[in-house]
Amino acid sequence: MPRTVAPWETERKLLVKAEDRTNPKYGHKPEERPAEECMRYGVVNLDKPAGPTSHEVAAWTKRILKLQAVGHGGTLET
Amino acid sequence: MTGVLPVTLVEATKVVQALLYSGKEYMCVMKLHADASEKRVNEVLKEFEDIIYQRPPLRASVKRQLRTRRIYYLDFLEIDGRNVLFKVGCEGGTYIRKLCYDVGEVLGCGAHMQELRRTRAGPFVEDGSVTLHDVAYWFMEWEKNNDEKLLRKFVQPMENALALIPKIHIRDSAVDAICYGARLTAPGVLSLETGIAKGSIIAILTLKGEAAALGRAVVDSDEIMRLEHGVVAGVERVLMPRGTYPRCWKRGERNND
Repeated sequence: MPRTVAPWETERKLLVKAEDRTNPKYGHKPEERPAEECMRYGVVNLDKPAGPTSHEVAAWTKRILKLQAVGHGGTLET
Repeated sequence: MTGVLPVTLVEATKVVQALLYSGKEYMCVMKLHADASEKRVNEVLKEFEDIIYQRPPLRASVKRQLRTRRIYYLDFLEIDGRNVLFKVGCEGGTYIRKLCYDVGEVLGCGAHMQELRRTRAGPFVEDGSVTLHDVAYWFMEWEKNNDEKLLRKFVQPMENALALIPKIHIRDSAVDAICYGARLTAPGVLSLETGIAKGSIIAILTLKGEAAALGRAVVDSDEIMRLEHGVVAGVERVLMPRGTYPRCWKRGERNND
């Protein structure tokens, strides 16, 4: 039985339906966000150390970066 | 347990839902409770490379009902005495500890998870991950020098978390309505990726690549290409603040397609 394709093995092609331009006056390319926006709409690819829980590590990140709220993408149990 | 843990900052926390769908990969050391042949261990591991049944453990803060999870791949790497090293790619919410226990049951001798390291969480892999020390260091450097490039040493745009979700790019004129939760109609679509199924989660992006919202397709990729008007997707989670792009819709106006 062929094994299931993992999400990161899925190949996708781009289908173009119509063409248009975007006005540089509005918004930013994600890589060009100014500092505050960069943080507020950012993700940290963190290598979690052994010991603390995922929740604790996220809380520490919040404290280091002086932010009001953080989340994490999947608990790595201790 | 160590490894890849994507930490979403402030507004970016809204994309966590997308990460849950994107799958995980682990390197695991399983300790057998008796000796077993490499051949037999290999055989049994292969049996789990499919849909499996699990009930979450007591310690998990989630409803303890029996549920199915998909194992994308389970690759035996090496055996050293009673220690077995394997790599596993699986759906989010799969308990590797329970997987090891069940492998032990099938082998007959019993087994437990000795060590676990997450090597992938959705699109995020070990390569390019940073430690808490890195975060603290670069943040301090940024506070001193105020150079944005220093922030980017450890922060990625939230759009990177959506890399494995099929995307639809929309016109500037359609963006603000989406930010109010309006449904996406065919005329607003500029391009899309293949593999969008009816009911699947999608990322709605601007031409600049900014994520406007997480949506759910009501028709598949081919249909979206074909349609001249009508709804192609609903909005599940708005990601961009209202007013980022100019309003091109009137209050009280409805989709009359």
